[in-house]
Amino acid sequence: MGKLKKKTGAYYLVNTVLTAILFTVLFLLISGRTLNNYWSGVVVLICINVILAVSLNLVTGILGQLVLGHAGFMLVGAYAAANFTRAVVTNGTMSLYVALPIAMVIGGLVAAVFGVVIGIPALRLRGDYLAIITLGFGEIIRVMANASFLQPVTNGAMGLSVKTFSNRTDPGAMFVFAFVVMALVIVISYTFGRSRHGRSVIAIREDEIAAEAMGVNTTYYKLFAFVLAAFIAGVAGALYAHHIGMIDPSKFDFNRSVEILIMVVLGGMGSISGSVISATVLTILPELLRGFSDYRMLLYSIILICVMLFRPSGLLGRYEISLPKLVDKLLHRKEKAAKTGEA
Amino acid sequence: MALLETKDLGIVFGGLKALDDVYLKIEEKEIIGLIGPNGAGKTTVFNLLTGVYTPTKGAIRFMGKSIIGKKPYQINRIGIARTFQNIRLFKAMTVLDNVKVAMQQHRRYNVVSAMFRLPPYWKEERKMTEEARELLKIFDMEDVAEQQASNLPYGQQRKLEILRALAARPKLLLLDEPAAGMNPTETHELMETIRRIREMFGVAILLIEHDMSLVMGVCERIYVLDYGTLIADGTPEEIRSNEKVIKAYLGG
Repeated sequence: MGKLKKKTGAYYLVNTVLTAILFTVLFLLISGRTLNNYWSGVVVLICINVILAVSLNLVTGILGQLVLGHAGFMLVGAYAAANFTRAVVTNGTMSLYVALPIAMVIGGLVAAVFGVVIGIPALRLRGDYLAIITLGFGEIIRVMANASFLQPVTNGAMGLSVKTFSNRTDPGAMFVFAFVVMALVIVISYTFGRSRHGRSVIAIREDEIAAEAMGVNTTYYKLFAFVLAAFIAGVAGALYAHHIGMIDPSKFDFNRSVEILIMVVLGGMGSISGSVISATVLTILPELLRGFSDYRMLLYSIILICVMLFRPSGLLGRYEISLPKLVDKLLHRKEKAAKTGEA
Repeated sequence: MALLETKDLGIVFGGLKALDDVYLKIEEKEIIGLIGPNGAGKTTVFNLLTGVYTPTKGAIRFMGKSIIGKKPYQINRIGIARTFQNIRLFKAMTVLDNVKVAMQQHRRYNVVSAMFRLPPYWKEERKMTEEARELLKIFDMEDVAEQQASNLPYGQQRKLEILRALAARPKLLLLDEPAAGMNPTETHELMETIRRIREMFGVAILLIEHDMSLVMGVCERIYVLDYGTLIADGTPEEIRSNEKVIKAYLGG
């Protein structure tokens, strides 16, 4: 037991160090303008898409329910956060550096409230029916954003302009926020999945009747996973709005939800590292393919079809890649090699 | 006071009386059999006792309190745990995690402790792992603790289901055809296991079973259901010679 704890501690250390290195490298590249504006923007988008994919994985992978309204929660979070920063930054109460974290929490909370309101009726259904009803709710949210009586909050189809960090004076600011949130979301969903709460959610995925018979409050945990995912999507929406500088409701349509779902399915439902990898690849891929703009979506689709044909459970299935374990293995191989060498 | 008592229990599905006038009485640490021909309503009794269905008439009192209207998870927490006729394990989870799911209602820590792995998480998880391993040891399954439940052979899956139900620390254990699909040797072993469970965990056991050697061998009293009503109850000897029972099983 003590050995295990020591090992877990070592794993935490390796993970923290590797994450810090990745962060530092990317930060230097972006703030030093080695990466141009365009690619810096792509890096931030990758972080945001990872956040979205990992959060949807909580519902689709861990709870095992198909949900198609993630973009709706993003949109709600984006509006809530943007209105907050517009108010406080414009009248000079606080700078955007202070306001953005608060705005993200507000965005998340508002999205979570919508999650509760939508989740209570929707989670009585499952499978295809749940997918359709969440799709419907997502579209309702998007259409409502264009409604005239909500114009003061959303500015309708014209789009709402959002405060952003000045690219000239501080090109790395947005990246810092996005990366930190991403790291936090990954950690939280990992630890959640391996706690008594996550086990309850997984038990519901495996067999709802048995889970209920074993003392799991299934209604509560289904709603909990759904609302947690909605909260994180709201935070991601807040980040996205402050990154792009404009909220255009048409960007948060059904296609956006499907895009996020594809990231989860492709990476392997239930695998966090799978979601991270596929969100990264699927964000970079369309950018790389921009050169062949006519055939871009064609190639993208072919790649998707191939993965689904040859790896129907997604790239990683439910398996998790663990960097510390990898390091561990490499070190042990060296040790072994050294030992055999001595002999 | 009986551990579990039902009075005039009945349920109607549409126009069909699935159960009518069922009186059961189970004392602490008793082993009781519930038998009857196919479709007699045995599993329906279980579903009523565990809150899957709500009875349309009658009363169920567990430790003196009515449990009608309570949800299955609440009833499990009060102290009635069950297994299923067709095994319902959490297939993609490890054996250890299967046990932990049932155990964790007694080992609580909040979501924040879970997400940031605060001390309560470590303390409760460590205790839970220890308890789960001890339980597995009792059933000679500690060496498969890390295996995925779906990879276990059939007999061990049945055993794991009973074990998982026990992990919830029930006072009454409901076993739905525990010997289904077992050969005579395995059935004999199961008989020993059932007796041992009663001694070690101090639980009362109500079991549905078609295998008469098991029912007659292990049960102290037996209830017989036919067409949704009780037709007999008594000791194995009384049931064996009861004419109504013989008629129900042999027809005529």
